[in-house]
Amino acid sequence: MQPFWLVTIIVVLALGGFLLGRMRALQSAEGDARVLHSRPNYYGANVFMLTAVPSLIVVALWMVFQPVLIEANVSQMIPDRIVPEGGSKGLVMSDVRRLADGLDVAVAEGALTADQATNIRAEFTNIRERLAEVGVVLGSNVEAEVLTAAQAYRAQSATGALLMAAAGLSLAVAGLGWSLARIGVGFRARNAVETGMLALLILAASIAILTTIGILFSLLFNTIEFFRIYPAADFFFGTTWAPSFSGRGGDSELGVLPLLWGTFYISLVALLVAVPIGLFAAIYLSEYASPTVRSVAKPLIEVLAGIPTIVYGLFALLTVGPLLVGVFGRDGALGVDWMSGGTAVMTAGLVMGIMLIPFVSSLSDDIINAVPQAMRDGSLGLGATHSETIRKVVLPAALPGIVGAILLAASRAIGETMIVVLGAGAAARLDLNPFEAMTTVTAKIVSQLTGDADFSSAVALVAFALGTTLFVVTLGLNVLALYIVRKYREQYE
Amino acid sequence: MTDAATDGLAAAPGKKKRSSLLELDARTKRRNAAEARFKAYGIIAITAGLCFLVGLVWAILSNGLPAFQQAVVKLDYTMTQEQFDEAEAAVLKTAVYTDQFVAYFSDRVREQGIEAEFDADTIERLLGKVGGTIRAFYRENPDHIGQPVAFELSAASRVDRYLKGTFDRGDVSGEGNRFFVPSDFDLVDTLQEAGFIAQVFNWNFITGVDSGVDNAGGAGIGASVLGSFLMMIVVLLLALPIGVAASIYLEEFAPKNWFTDFIEVNISNLAAVPSIVFGILGLAVFIQFAGMPQSAPLVGGLVLTLMTLPTIIISTRASLKSVPPSIRDAALGVGASKMQAVFHHVLPLAAPGILTGTIIGLAQALGETAPLLLIGMVGFIARYPDSFLGGFEGPNSAMPAQIYNWASRSDVVFTEKAWGGIIILLIFLVSMNLIAILLRRRFERRW
Amino acid sequence: MSTNEIKISAKDVQVYYGETHAIKDVSVDIEDKTVTAFIGPSGCGKSTFLRCINRMNDTIDVARVEGEIKLDDEDIYDKDVDPVQLRAKVGMVFQKPNPFPKSIYDNVAYGPKIHGLAKNKAELDQIVENALKRAALWDEAKDRLQAPGTGLSGGQQQRLCIARAVATEPEVLLMDEPCSALDPIATAQVEELIDELKQNYSVVIVTHSMQQAARVSQKTAFFHLGNLVEYGETGQIFTNPNDKRTESYITGRIG
Repeated sequence: MQPFWLVTIIVVLALGGFLLGRMRALQSAEGDARVLHSRPNYYGANVFMLTAVPSLIVVALWMVFQPVLIEANVSQMIPDRIVPEGGSKGLVMSDVRRLADGLDVAVAEGALTADQATNIRAEFTNIRERLAEVGVVLGSNVEAEVLTAAQAYRAQSATGALLMAAAGLSLAVAGLGWSLARIGVGFRARNAVETGMLALLILAASIAILTTIGILFSLLFNTIEFFRIYPAADFFFGTTWAPSFSGRGGDSELGVLPLLWGTFYISLVALLVAVPIGLFAAIYLSEYASPTVRSVAKPLIEVLAGIPTIVYGLFALLTVGPLLVGVFGRDGALGVDWMSGGTAVMTAGLVMGIMLIPFVSSLSDDIINAVPQAMRDGSLGLGATHSETIRKVVLPAALPGIVGAILLAASRAIGETMIVVLGAGAAARLDLNPFEAMTTVTAKIVSQLTGDADFSSAVALVAFALGTTLFVVTLGLNVLALYIVRKYREQYE
Repeated sequence: MTDAATDGLAAAPGKKKRSSLLELDARTKRRNAAEARFKAYGIIAITAGLCFLVGLVWAILSNGLPAFQQAVVKLDYTMTQEQFDEAEAAVLKTAVYTDQFVAYFSDRVREQGIEAEFDADTIERLLGKVGGTIRAFYRENPDHIGQPVAFELSAASRVDRYLKGTFDRGDVSGEGNRFFVPSDFDLVDTLQEAGFIAQVFNWNFITGVDSGVDNAGGAGIGASVLGSFLMMIVVLLLALPIGVAASIYLEEFAPKNWFTDFIEVNISNLAAVPSIVFGILGLAVFIQFAGMPQSAPLVGGLVLTLMTLPTIIISTRASLKSVPPSIRDAALGVGASKMQAVFHHVLPLAAPGILTGTIIGLAQALGETAPLLLIGMVGFIARYPDSFLGGFEGPNSAMPAQIYNWASRSDVVFTEKAWGGIIILLIFLVSMNLIAILLRRRFERRW
Repeated sequence: MSTNEIKISAKDVQVYYGETHAIKDVSVDIEDKTVTAFIGPSGCGKSTFLRCINRMNDTIDVARVEGEIKLDDEDIYDKDVDPVQLRAKVGMVFQKPNPFPKSIYDNVAYGPKIHGLAKNKAELDQIVENALKRAALWDEAKDRLQAPGTGLSGGQQQRLCIARAVATEPEVLLMDEPCSALDPIATAQVEELIDELKQNYSVVIVTHSMQQAARVSQKTAFFHLGNLVEYGETGQIFTNPNDKRTESYITGRIG
């Protein structure tokens, strides 16, 4: 927890700075706060800000980039000959990291002294056994170079941590000293603090941009890496999904089409459930229901939207699946043998549809309510019935908005993970039977990346290519939907 | 108007003059039937939606409530010093403890006038490895030796399920197996009537930690509740200040330029990015790139923070927007700076709305599972973290991930645990939403 | 003028909006083939009463109507009367032009279609053409029947709404301040149109403008605070009102 203490020290320093700054300001004004340019607290706040903010930013950045630099350094120490056939340096590096962590644990548990951990040699000690004693399990015997690299890793990490503490603290002290020195009657502390605060506000707002960059970076970087190992054409146009974990995934067939088909099929079933029910519910609630019915039914239906997707996943796996088998399976109520297992396109689609009902209904409700009353009056005044008014005037007028809502729902369905992970099955296939198990892009992202993922193999990296596909599709749908909805709203404003 | 038009009108087709209002013509009847049908579709849709809700709630309650009950054998047991010494001196210590217990238990049962033969195997089928439990207790509490102790020994999972009705005679075929034989059913019935076996509230489910198949009934959700709680602390500490700061900037200070537009576009798109993509972000940036520990609530909290930020920003901006400009003008009018006007006047007035939005965002984050799977918060967590701060860094699970973990195991006992876990998760979510609703009701202000 | 037969006869009509008593004891006889104007200050109940005549108030949950309104001696509030059938006979034109977001043709054809007035497409075309001609819009619209109705100018939109109402062959045409959203030239066109329409229909027009009432109507009813204060020949109301309140309103002292 060393970084924690470093941060604590900096914050304590800054708080002390606040009090000092406030005091100094009052002193310079000889106790009469009125002659100061700003209220005394602003002088304190200025000191606090200059002490804490730059140093904390440096510490945070240091923590992010130090491992990257050390990793680059250490990986040069690994000779190519110990990289296994068909493997990559990344894999060896993860061994190095695990070993370095293991040494830390061993020192903490007292199985090795700090000195031993730094100097121990693989040639003389069975390091694997020593670590196993303290509960650190290593996959294979430790190569000498790997141990040396791990020791270098530890040493550099320790040096880095020391340097970080030194940099952070000296920056904090410098900020403290400089800001204290500037205090005087004429110093415009409020303006300084407000400029600093505005900068912080802008920084906070920029996090949205940073997040997007982070997403793009993590998707694209690894996707490109994937396409280096695996041909892009095979990925986009392959009709077989058969990852093979032997030989580090060398013989895998990783075609995205079966997954896209599963995603599309399940989403379609979901929309076929959600759109009619959601739309008619919205129509009834906004056009027919009495205020009492509306005030009860609307929140109840919206409860469905607040339920976590894991609950729907469990509902699909354990309730809806067996129920459907009881109807469509062998010995089922219908006497047809269409469904063999509980996990199927139908199961996941149905449950996902239930999840999307409130999504469709509340969006449609807003959109139907945005249709001006004058439009309804015009139709009713001509002697149209209420339903004719809705079908021939209100719905056509609301159509663009409703299409937007359905696109948003489709994007939700495509990006949904837990329901398909639990309810749709794991078999990737191109099939038309909705009672078969199929799988989706999201479900495969989870299965390829859960567990001890080795980021350098095709079977793991493919998850990032799947993620990119998913991101592009949902983003496209969202942008289109938001555009349509905005155009629609402008029409009636 | 031309004459031609008037003539045309006189000859206009389909003219129905002077029909009585009091008689419905066939067409109107048909149209009214269509009207009734259309209305019925609406009612059917609403009913279907509500039925799904009821079905969901029913599935959760009927499957999950049994997880909060546990069958136990209640017994006042006394162990003498001699018995203790004898057992500790033996080679197979727990076997001796078991034998002593079997003898004692048989006596107590016979006192109640029940004719039943017990041997160590029967006891193991009913109570699991009871000798180990007793030994552990007396080694921890040697001062209880020689005094009667009220034991509540949890029954084996099949006994438990038999009492809950999810396991019955049809599930044991022929001679039975080493876990259960058909005659055990009668024995359990008899012991229950005599008051030896009872169902009690399963505190261990709420406070305990995960366990494997050998002790399926003993698995609890406690550690992952803590994991979720630690993540929520991270989310609250990061998302609230960052979200509020970002909203203040965008709503109060941001000039109308491309940079602001760019931020806005980013926020509205992030709000619709599938949650699993945030998991990929967490995996690649926090774990792969920045070398943060896997499975740590700290990383989970960071990922959920990024995911929740758009929600919090959107609701915070709505509350800031609802504060009328006259308040700002009033503050500026008495010489406050823009920053002072916002922080002294606008922000306090918007606070209830911000808080409500934050709670709803937190509730959303609490129920999120997919990103946690990718950053490894789904492992087998069989103990609590050693310290509070260490809990942020050490491996842990979270409620929804623990539920997923249980759901994907094959043993039925874990299925029950998963449903039970959902009840606990929903209790948290419902209370958070209720607090949000109450806050909104209490502080809602109409300008 | 008074030779015309009575088309609509209202007796002791009361309208409540929740707790508010919006129309009090209004009794009035409206003649066929006549333009009747309802005037009065805003909130006096003239629009509310107009909306009673084709039961548009039914669409407002809290509105409640008592008393008797007869159309050709049939009580329109009788429980056997379907408001849908009633509204086919009593058309309505609203304050703001509200064309449907459809083509000009579909706007006009909407009423005939739902009421099944045309046997085939040719008949429907004929009905649309006639209606547009009656609304004096044919010459402007005949070349762009498939263009959206919302693309027309305000005055054209209002005439389109009149055409739409006329197309269902109503017997009575209710107009709720039909010119309030129009410029003077469009207003003049619509007023001219109203004068033409009275040859075939009983037209009831609510208006804010006394000049308009004087220009287009033969009969005028003056409403004040939910009461029908005075009803008579337009000329007489404007030149020689019987009631002090009418006089005050007409001379601009209240309003």
